[in-house]
Amino acid sequence: MTVSPLTRTGNFLRDNPLIPLIGLLLVLLVALQIMQPGIINQRWLGNTVKFAIPLAMLAACQTLTMYTGGIDLSAAVVATIAAFVTATQMPLVGAGPALAIAMVPAILIGLLNGFGVGICRVHPLIMTLGTGLIGTGFLQVYQRSVIASGSEIPAFLEWLGTGRTYGFPNALLLFVPFAAVILLGQRRTGFGRLLFALGSNEQATRLSGVRSWQVYFALYTLSALIAGITGLLYVGLIKAPSLSLVEPLLLPSVAAAVIGGTSIFGGRGSYAGTIVGALILTVMGTMLTLLQMPEGGRRILFGLIILSLTAVYLRLTDQG
Amino acid sequence: MTRMLQRNGWVLGLVLLLAMLLIATKIIQPNFGASGLESLGRAAVPFAFATAAMAVVVIAGGIDLSVAAVMAVASVTAARLMVGAGDGQTVLIVIGVLALGGVMGAINGALIVLTRVPDIVVTLAMLFVWEGVALLILNTPSGAATQWLRDLILGSVVIPGLPETITSLIPKSLIFIIIFLAPAWLLLRRTQLGLAIYAIGSDQTAAFRSGVPIGKTRIAAYCIAGILAAMGGLTLTMSTGIGEPIPGPYLLASVSAVVLGGVALTGGKGGLIGPIIAVLILRLVRMDLTLMSVDPNVTTIVEGTIMVVVVMLGGLLAIKGKRS
Repeated sequence: MTVSPLTRTGNFLRDNPLIPLIGLLLVLLVALQIMQPGIINQRWLGNTVKFAIPLAMLAACQTLTMYTGGIDLSAAVVATIAAFVTATQMPLVGAGPALAIAMVPAILIGLLNGFGVGICRVHPLIMTLGTGLIGTGFLQVYQRSVIASGSEIPAFLEWLGTGRTYGFPNALLLFVPFAAVILLGQRRTGFGRLLFALGSNEQATRLSGVRSWQVYFALYTLSALIAGITGLLYVGLIKAPSLSLVEPLLLPSVAAAVIGGTSIFGGRGSYAGTIVGALILTVMGTMLTLLQMPEGGRRILFGLIILSLTAVYLRLTDQG
Repeated sequence: MTRMLQRNGWVLGLVLLLAMLLIATKIIQPNFGASGLESLGRAAVPFAFATAAMAVVVIAGGIDLSVAAVMAVASVTAARLMVGAGDGQTVLIVIGVLALGGVMGAINGALIVLTRVPDIVVTLAMLFVWEGVALLILNTPSGAATQWLRDLILGSVVIPGLPETITSLIPKSLIFIIIFLAPAWLLLRRTQLGLAIYAIGSDQTAAFRSGVPIGKTRIAAYCIAGILAAMGGLTLTMSTGIGEPIPGPYLLASVSAVVLGGVALTGGKGGLIGPIIAVLILRLVRMDLTLMSVDPNVTTIVEGTIMVVVVMLGGLLAIKGKRS
């Protein structure tokens, strides 16, 4: 059987998604340097990494759920809730307890998602959209009850979100171990392999004795926890808690995972690609700002990127 | 007779539930009457069209996540064009907006057929695209709506010869829903295309072997959904008088009304009447909560919870249906 060049490229891209992605990132950096000579310096790179980290962390929720063919659209709401609750509980109970309280709603939403997806078999997209809506409602009610106490962001979150050490953003202290755990966990642990297995063929996975609902419970709770931690980091970066704090990151987080080569149908992908995807999107964001692209145009672009990349990946793997 | 009962059992149950809710409303608020029904009808109109749009696509075996975004595009287009438009121009604008909806739906459908990417991914991507388009047309809520168009759904009907006490109980908006959804209902139930839509929803292979053009039927279903969604967006502008570029909660509301209305998310089953009654039920629940002076934010929570529970029950029913 002859192998067509397209198939060969497809297989190559599938096996090494990082190579074309890093190439794209470099092309974007060169284009940016041409558009605005001298923009790329250590300070700018540090800032780009600083803003890419929360995006990459939120995209971890999408990447992990996408391994099983799911998606987590409640992630941004969960992150916002965690950030808002921390900032408003801080003046009342202090930093430590505030962080603990902030994780409670995240875990609850995660468990509810797991219940809907794992036991009721609702499509994850619809389920997480619904829990996101409920979460927003609770957040609005909660806001009324704490409106008098004011808000304060724990000092170490600000240090983590905005600070630098020797020119490196402090957020890397959180992100490097986090990324290492996910990168190792997805390939080297049973749980990670179960996610890929469920995404490739759920029926077969179940027949081999896996209780899929347990995996879904653990997965969506983990995803909500990651989202909650992202919210804490992001509020340290933005320093102004609001009811729609992390909402602007939701679309890019889905796009980052898809750009990174994670299949939205499950069974394929890697978090390494997602990290590069988040960097690409952050650099692209700078370019769009330089071009003064309006918000509407950005959304259209994100939508088209998701659609065309998914179509291309599908075409490539169909032939392979 | 028993066969009819069996076939329409779900819809009859919904009607019964609606009647019980109406009685409950009357008990909560003893002077609930003409104005209450009017505001219920007016609130239900955009939801009814969004739900009908979703129902058509779900019956065809798909799902349209972009329904609320298409509504937003239609709403802002209409509101922007109707600023200072005359009565005659308004007719052209309405036709134009509905055609635009049809085109947006057809693009959704064509992308699904051509790229072979599943419905849920394509319409998710298109949700972002249409949201962006709506924001480009109008950046902030503004615009206008022609008065005679607004009068079509505001207030109650006037029928000469009948005393006002009776006619005031029939809100114009309900008549509006019935008149404009009737063509969609006829199309689904009485035409070859309608049959084809049910066929590809229940078994694609069987439909293909019986000579149903799958691709064309799917595009047609999305096109119809686009027109209905545009109608929903138009009624949004009609009832508020402005265009709103940020889509409302119509996506989740329409999915849950479709499930509650007896349309299986697996496709091929159900009709339009059940979902529309389900819309009225969901709106009435919200109204009752408001009448009981529950905090509007708490109402949002309750509403969201009802929707999630309905979708979860729908999921459980689908598993049971598969096993039996």
